[in-house]
Amino acid sequence: MLKITDLNVFYGPIHALKGVSLEVNNGEIVTLIGSNGAGKSTTLNAITGIVKVASGKVELDGQDITNAASHKIVQHGISLSPEGREVFPGLTVEENLRMGAYTRQNKQEIAQNFERVYDLFPRLKERVSQPAGTLSGGEQQMLAIGRSLMSSPKYLLLDEPSMGLAPNLVQMIFSLIEEINKQGMTILLIEQNANMALSVASRAYVLETGRVSLSGDAAQLAQDERVKKAYLGA
Amino acid sequence: MEKKSNRVLSAIESVCYKFRYLFLILYVALMVIVPFLDIKLVHAQVIILIGVYAMLGMGLNVLIGYTGLVSLGHAGFYAIGAYTCALLETKLGVNFWLALVASGVLTAFIGFLLGLPSLRLSGSYLSIVTLGFCEIVTMILKQWESVTNGNYGVRNIKQPVFFGIKLDMYNGGLIVLMLVLCLIVGVASLAIRNSNAGRAFRAIKDDELAANMMGIHVSRYKIMSFVISAFITGIAGGFYCVTRNYIEPGSFNFDVSILILSVVIIGGLGTIRGMVFGAAILQLFPQVFRFLDEWRYVVYGLLLIVMMRFRPQGLLGWQSTQPYHLSKKTKQILEADGGTSEPLEAAGKTEGGSEQ
Repeated sequence: MLKITDLNVFYGPIHALKGVSLEVNNGEIVTLIGSNGAGKSTTLNAITGIVKVASGKVELDGQDITNAASHKIVQHGISLSPEGREVFPGLTVEENLRMGAYTRQNKQEIAQNFERVYDLFPRLKERVSQPAGTLSGGEQQMLAIGRSLMSSPKYLLLDEPSMGLAPNLVQMIFSLIEEINKQGMTILLIEQNANMALSVASRAYVLETGRVSLSGDAAQLAQDERVKKAYLGA
Repeated sequence: MEKKSNRVLSAIESVCYKFRYLFLILYVALMVIVPFLDIKLVHAQVIILIGVYAMLGMGLNVLIGYTGLVSLGHAGFYAIGAYTCALLETKLGVNFWLALVASGVLTAFIGFLLGLPSLRLSGSYLSIVTLGFCEIVTMILKQWESVTNGNYGVRNIKQPVFFGIKLDMYNGGLIVLMLVLCLIVGVASLAIRNSNAGRAFRAIKDDELAANMMGIHVSRYKIMSFVISAFITGIAGGFYCVTRNYIEPGSFNFDVSILILSVVIIGGLGTIRGMVFGAAILQLFPQVFRFLDEWRYVVYGLLLIVMMRFRPQGLLGWQSTQPYHLSKKTKQILEADGGTSEPLEAAGKTEGGSEQ
C-alpha cells in the first residue's frame, strides 16, 4: 500500500501542497484529478523525491520513503512515467526500454519484461530499432509507459498519459492502462481528463489548490454534482 | 539539398559498413607501410597534429556528444596531460610508456575534481567554470617556475623508444604510434557509447529528469563522463609532448579549447568518424590555404559560418541508416513471436567505425 499522510510542499514562498493525504491499495487504480496548478504533478514529484517534502510522510508497504533520493525510488518498486512523454529521443526504442530496466540485474526477468511490453504494445515491436524521437505522439506515450514497466514495479505512477493525444488514442491508452491493472499492477493515475480517469479508476481524489477537496468511489464521484460541474463539463 | 547530401553520405556509409573489416585491415596495413614511406617532416607534423586533435575531439566528444555537458576548458586537461608526461620524462627519467599512462591517470583525477561542480551547475554555468579552469591551469604552468620552468617551457623531451627502436618524425614511428593510439581511443569510445554507462550518458543528455526516474545516479555518471573525457584528453596531451621537442604554456591557451570544440562541432557531435574528419579539416585548412596569407583566417571564419548554416549537425553528423543491432534477447523474443526475423532497416545508431 502506498500511503501519503499530511504532505506539505513549498516552492519558495508558495505553499503548493497543503496537507494532502491519500492511499493507494494494492491492485487498484486510484486517480488524482484536478485543474491546472492544483498540485497533481507536485504530489507525484513529492512521492518520487523530485521535490522536497517539508512535512508529512510517504509510506510504501509500511516503509518510510519520504524524501528518498529519486534515483532510488525505482528500487523501492515505484515507477513513474513522467508528464509530457519524456522518452529519450536520441535512443532507440529498444535502448529506451533497456534504460527502464536499468536497475534490474536478472537477465531472465529483463527478457520477460521485454516480452510483456511487446505483448502490450505490438506497435513498439515494429519500431524496436527506431530512435524514439521519430515516433508519433501515441507511440511515444506507449514507449513511456512500456519503459516504466521494465523495472518490474509494484506501483505505477502515470502523469497525464492522455496529454496531447488524439481522442481515439486516449481511448486506446486508457484501455491499456486497464489491461495493465488487470495483470496485477497498482496504478496511481494523474489526469486532467477527469471523464476518462473516473471511468477506469476504482477510487478518486479531487485536488483543489493544494488540498484534497473530495474523495471516494470513482463511479460515485462521477455522479457528484460538484465534480460534474467543475471537471466533467456537464 | 540537405536530404540529397545525406543520401550520398548514407550510401558511402553503407559501403564503409559492408567492408568495415577490409578497412580495418587497410588501416593496420597502413601502420606497417608508414615507416617505409618517405614522409617529409612538414607533412609528418601535420599528420600527427590531425591525429592528436582527433583524439582530443574524441575525448571532448564523450562529454559533449554523449552526456551533453559543454566544456570550454579542455585545453587545461590537454596541458596537464602534456606537462605530466614531459616532466616525468625529463625530470625524473620515467619511461615514456609509463609517463603516458600517468598523464591519463592524473588528468582523469583532475577531471574528477572538475566534475564535482558539474553536479550543481548546468548549461552555460558549467561551461564558464571549465573556462576558468583552463585559465587557472595555464596560469599555474606560467608561475610555478620551480617545476614547470614557467614561460620557458619544458625542453629536450625525449622521443619514445619501443623495444630498442626510437620512434621519431623521420622514421615514421610517431605516426605509427599516433595511428595505434587513435585506433584504441576510437574503438574504446564506440565501446563506451554502446555500454550500459554510455546509454546512461545519452539518456542524461536527452532528459536528465527521466534518466533519474529510471534509477540512474545522474551525478555519478556526469562525473564518470568527466573522468573518461579527461583521461582520453590526457593521453592525447602525453602523446603530443613527445612529438615536439619542447612545450610551453602558450600552446594550451583558450584558442586551443575552442579548436577542440570546433573539431567536435564541425565533425559531427557524438560520432567517431566526425572527430577524425573534423580534425583533418581544421588542421589542413590553414596549410592548404597558406597562399591567402592573413586572409585565410577570414575565409576560415566565413566557411565555418556557412557550414553551420547548411549542416548544423556537423559534416559527418547525419542520421545513420545502418541497421541497428538488436540484442540477442530482443531477437529471440521477436523470433519466438514469429515476427520479423530479418534486421529492420531503419535509422539506428551504428557508426562507420574508427577507420581514417
